[in-house]
Amino acid sequence: MILWWIGDIVLLLVVLPIVVYLLRGVLDAASSIVPSVQEIARVAAAGSKDLDAAALLLTTQEQATRTVAGVADYGGSLDVILDDAG
Amino acid sequence: MLAFTAAGGVLILAVVLIVLALVFYLVSVILQLRKIAAGLDEVIAGVGEIVQKSAPVNDVVTTINQQLDAGVDALEGLLVKKAGMEDAVGLVDGLYAGAAEAGFRNFPESATTRAPRIAEIYTRGVLTLARLGREAPIAVANPAGPVLRNIEGGSLAARQLYPDVRHTMPEQLPRSPVIGTDAPVQYEQREDIGAPRRRMPSHAATGGQAGASNDHPGSPGAAGAEG
Repeated sequence: MILWWIGDIVLLLVVLPIVVYLLRGVLDAASSIVPSVQEIARVAAAGSKDLDAAALLLTTQEQATRTVAGVADYGGSLDVILDDAG
Repeated sequence: MLAFTAAGGVLILAVVLIVLALVFYLVSVILQLRKIAAGLDEVIAGVGEIVQKSAPVNDVVTTINQQLDAGVDALEGLLVKKAGMEDAVGLVDGLYAGAAEAGFRNFPESATTRAPRIAEIYTRGVLTLARLGREAPIAVANPAGPVLRNIEGGSLAARQLYPDVRHTMPEQLPRSPVIGTDAPVQYEQREDIGAPRRRMPSHAATGGQAGASNDHPGSPGAAGAEG
């Protein structure tokens, strides 16, 4: 009979607080992850929006090609116009 | 009997409290994990867009770099061919201080070439234009010689480096030739390449028909001049 009461006391004063403590720790850890994930999602969306201008690289590529072609044309003309050194 | 009932009731109460605590906290954890899963879905969507948008960047940038490298190689080769290694290194070092130490990419010997102090003697534009103008005396000046103009206060001195006809603004000065793919006259298609040089219109105006007759290489006047 005494052992039963001791078991009840241990269950109420030891086991229950430990269970609550551990579960609260798990809940706090899970809760702390949520803001981080939401921040990562916001940053990923912002990063994706920043890359909207990446499509303009195709225009840059075309312009660079035209510019180099123009420089090559001028270079060819200068090669004809100017005398070589020495 | 009453003691057993009381002890059993306390035991049941303890078990119920433990179960309630488990239910409360586990349900809370489940809700938080659902929020995390929803957030990760947004992250995956955003990262997917980033990957999709940045996929062609590498190829495009590589192509641009290849084009620019080809342009740099061509310009370096043309500069070395026309100005000579020493002047070319001096010109580049004048435009970009310290660049002579790195040298040209396709000319390893340029790294050991001693760069003349071109930028200290002439301005950048004067030197470039001097190379374009064959008759400019500055083009044949020795960079190691004395300074030809005051780089701090002399702005008109650069104009005096050219022949007199250039800076006195004559009424009929020939226009600069238009070059490039859209030029009305393509130099490669000209038939008078290698023929005697045409006279300037100013000379033609003063020289009359005799000067004008020399404009055509195949004319009798040109033949006489060649003979």
